[in-house]
Amino acid sequence: MIPLASILFEVVRNGATALSVQFLTGTPALVTLPTGNAALAGGIAVSIEGTLVLMGLTAVIAVPIGLLAGVYLAEFGDNRFGRSIRFLNDVLSEFPSIVIGILVYSILVVGLRVGFSAFAGGVALSIIMLPIVTRTTEESIKLVPRSVRDAAMALGIRKWRATISVVLSTARSGVVTGALLSVARISGESAPLLLTIGTSSYFLSGLNQQVDALPVRIFLLSSENYVSGAQQQGWGAALILIVLVLCLNLAVRIATRGKYGAVRSRI
Amino acid sequence: MGLPRFSILATTEEAAPAKRAEDKVSDTFLQKLKGFSSDDLFEFLATSIGSLVLVILIVTSVVLTRGSLAVFGKFGFGFLTGTDWNTSLGSESYGALPYILGTLVTAGIAISVGILISLGIAIFLSEMAPSFLRSPLSQVIELLAAVPSVIYGFWGLFVFRFWVRDYLETPLSTYLGWIPAFHGTATGYDILTAGLVLSIMIIPTVSSVSKETMMAVPSSQREAAYSIGATRWEVVKLGVLRYGRSGIFGAAILGLGRAVGETMAVTMVIGGTPGPYVLPTSLLKGGVTLSSLIATEFGDATGIHLSAPFGLGIVLFLFALVINVFARLMVWRVFKVTGGIVE
Repeated sequence: MIPLASILFEVVRNGATALSVQFLTGTPALVTLPTGNAALAGGIAVSIEGTLVLMGLTAVIAVPIGLLAGVYLAEFGDNRFGRSIRFLNDVLSEFPSIVIGILVYSILVVGLRVGFSAFAGGVALSIIMLPIVTRTTEESIKLVPRSVRDAAMALGIRKWRATISVVLSTARSGVVTGALLSVARISGESAPLLLTIGTSSYFLSGLNQQVDALPVRIFLLSSENYVSGAQQQGWGAALILIVLVLCLNLAVRIATRGKYGAVRSRI
Repeated sequence: MGLPRFSILATTEEAAPAKRAEDKVSDTFLQKLKGFSSDDLFEFLATSIGSLVLVILIVTSVVLTRGSLAVFGKFGFGFLTGTDWNTSLGSESYGALPYILGTLVTAGIAISVGILISLGIAIFLSEMAPSFLRSPLSQVIELLAAVPSVIYGFWGLFVFRFWVRDYLETPLSTYLGWIPAFHGTATGYDILTAGLVLSIMIIPTVSSVSKETMMAVPSSQREAAYSIGATRWEVVKLGVLRYGRSGIFGAAILGLGRAVGETMAVTMVIGGTPGPYVLPTSLLKGGVTLSSLIATEFGDATGIHLSAPFGLGIVLFLFALVINVFARLMVWRVFKVTGGIVE
């Protein structure tokens, strides 16, 4: 409890002093102080934009794939192959994210010459998010009563039709809960992004361009020992990131209070 | 950027799921004769997508192996036992031992401190907490899991580090400095701090899995212990902890897996630079772990210097694979025995 309280307290206390309209909307800038030292001014709007773009991109890639994979595990996964896939899925969901970074770096960034880009970052985050969405979808589908499925099949519709229009739509809120919580989780990932997105001081002009993201920015700011203002900006960026992540979490948790325990325990 | 393109990979990527699906289709060959129904297509599609996980894991191991060929080719097993990290052209030399040990030591600290706190939390939540406290408390622990690791790192670097330095390391180095493990100056920018930050980060995982294990222990176990006159603590010890030990062990190993792979928070507080000096001989020394070195070395490395992080990556990959497979098997076994209450 103490660490959580201290983290929240320090982030809010130190972060609040960094907040200003310029900080939220400006691009990074380095100014020279009268003493001759460099100081960070400007804002982190570019990083906020980058994080939101990466979250969206990741959701667009990982949610449909994870949904289908979850359907596979729930509907066709009750055999030896299915069980091993479920097992590997659980293993992958606990995998060091930096290894996923190496994978995407090798295949996309240099292998296919995509270069450091928002796209590469989105793919890396998708690989991290995929196993989570898969399992939450499976758990949600399992919560759908057998009778609902039987009723749909009794109408004489195809299994895929029954799965998509009846089973998935009954499981909808569980699936959405899982997807939102996993987006919240990956929004704070930074290790794979270090190897995939590059860095940028300008607003995004295309998904094949380098981007900035809040977690990476926080990391870079933490190592700027000799630039004044860096630490304060870091706290400010941390505040924005934590507000983003915790709001998403709290909103989902309050909206689904007491339900989907099985879904949540998979995040 | 000097990596070869992965022409072999492209074929593996498509071949694995397709082959599987072919098996399935040939099972239902008769149906296929009657007409390939949309349901078959659906199953085929779902199966291929489901197999993507397998493909990702295979491709990852291929990529890491290919990438690290150069460094293992040049140094052989010396890469695993060497301590040098010399990147200057001509006299390049790479050894991963300090970082392998750094990873093991930080993860070891994390798990030994983390398991104690987590077990306390889990015992409280499953055995003692009044029901009105149970749910909010679990929610708070879940939120602890939601905090991004880079924020743990930032907090560790600018807040927690000074607590560790003033209240833990200074007394340790003053009074126990004669023990090699506590030798050195207390800076808070070292292996001990990294291990402690990690221990906080794994608490949510370890405590929630052990809590679920404990709640899955049948109440007959507790009643039996009570009936022979056990005290409350003895009930927990004999009835619950002993019965659920393999699940708790699995939870600890899962936590270990997290600690081994965690990158950012460690990179920010561990404060060492690669080289023979960061061999973790003392907890009060700066260190480097496998993941933190990968994160910082990838920048603009080329040639064999780029191959070295791949070598570190494959060691990390194998650690993570072994630990996670083992942990999952342990946890699964418990829930199979006790009827899968976690679902």
